[in-house]
Amino acid sequence: MRRITTPFDKSQARSLIAGDRVLISGVIYTARDAAHKRMTEAIAAGQPLPVDLTDQIIYYVGPCPAKPGQVIGSAGPTTSGRMDAYTPAMLTQAGLRGMIGKGKRSQAVKDAMKDVAAVYFLAVGGAGALLAQRIRKAEVVAYPDLGPEAVYRLEVEHFPAIVGIDTEGRDVYEEGQKRYKR
Amino acid sequence: MREIPVSKVTDAVEQLCIQAANRLPSDVLERLRWAKEAEESEVGREIIGLLIENAELARSAEVPICQDTGVAIVFLEVGQDVHFTGGSLQEAIDEGVRRGYSRGYLRKSVVRDPFDRKNTGDNTPAIVHTCIVPGDRLKIVVCPKGTGSENMSQLRMMVPADGKRGVVDFVVETVSRAGSNPCPPIIVGVGVGGMMETAALLAKKALLRPVGQHHPDPEVEKLESEILEAVNNTGIGPQGLGGRITALAVHVETHPTHIGALPVAVNIQCHAARHAEIQL
Repeated sequence: MRRITTPFDKSQARSLIAGDRVLISGVIYTARDAAHKRMTEAIAAGQPLPVDLTDQIIYYVGPCPAKPGQVIGSAGPTTSGRMDAYTPAMLTQAGLRGMIGKGKRSQAVKDAMKDVAAVYFLAVGGAGALLAQRIRKAEVVAYPDLGPEAVYRLEVEHFPAIVGIDTEGRDVYEEGQKRYKR
Repeated sequence: MREIPVSKVTDAVEQLCIQAANRLPSDVLERLRWAKEAEESEVGREIIGLLIENAELARSAEVPICQDTGVAIVFLEVGQDVHFTGGSLQEAIDEGVRRGYSRGYLRKSVVRDPFDRKNTGDNTPAIVHTCIVPGDRLKIVVCPKGTGSENMSQLRMMVPADGKRGVVDFVVETVSRAGSNPCPPIIVGVGVGGMMETAALLAKKALLRPVGQHHPDPEVEKLESEILEAVNNTGIGPQGLGGRITALAVHVETHPTHIGALPVAVNIQCHAARHAEIQL
């Protein structure tokens, strides 16, 4: 089991291999479709982003509202592929180091990840109640008008993930599925 | 004639929205327990174990199984002797959704327009499918559906010459293309026949059947088994990390169709196959 604390740099990213189990601690940021659209529009217009993403991780999630006494509601990963159109700009221009989500990524995303030494982590889809327990603090830091799609700053402790695609482009889905195909 | 005040519908829908989001139906949970034993991949077994643990936590802590608490799809079976009183039925259902998603702390995931994409803020409107049946009862089924699996669904207008072989191949193609995206192990709903919209609706209704319960027609049952085997031979496995159990079940529904038609719809459902129902 590998432990990663955010922010993390290129050499730490390169030490992670597809299939590695990791526990992530520190600050991570949430963003999904609508927040990605706004951030990449800001990048294209030469405007600053609402948060500094250099060496940081974006978690693709739109959490449920917190019940009284909860830090956050259920918070599992959403399908990453919907962010593919925006991701190369986030990696090459915003300095993003990692992403947490579920599902396949495009070749363009894999190429950009290789170029900048970034890592794609997988969290278990549909385990949002369990995953929320690893989130210690949550606050909206940008785009509150987007509701569940707002950007949250999350403090996580031992958030469990698997390295899905590493900095060399190795893909754990492709390798795993090949083994069981008949 | 039996009168049902629409306020009763509002109350029922509110409760059903919360119940569906937090409590995985017992047939789904049982099937997951079976899959945990049947899966050959170690990481696959571990993942299914986490999904069971997650579902148990959601039930006991009364929190959503998954953060994508979906669009509220509401199936109504309305007895033809029922008369709704006290207001609009659609508005009553929407009010139930509004209260359920607010009081249940469920995520609001509906945008008012597919292009301007502004969140309606209360998860309304519900999508309502109504079927008129004999009698004076009202059955309400609330089925929250998220996009992880819904986006991986497909419909194809095939031709009669494609036959069963064509249907099997189309389902396998759809599941393969979906891969890890729809949170496998999945349940596959297949609708064959009718016209375009019939096939789509049949595929969705097929997902409401208790998981793994076969179609009563032995020919359709055979087709379900054949598709399940083919789908599980893709090797996609739990969460797409490789394994034997890609699908927990395949449910096929059929309908009479045109001499020149073979519409086929494949509606994919994630492992969090949520629905709740009541009869009034």
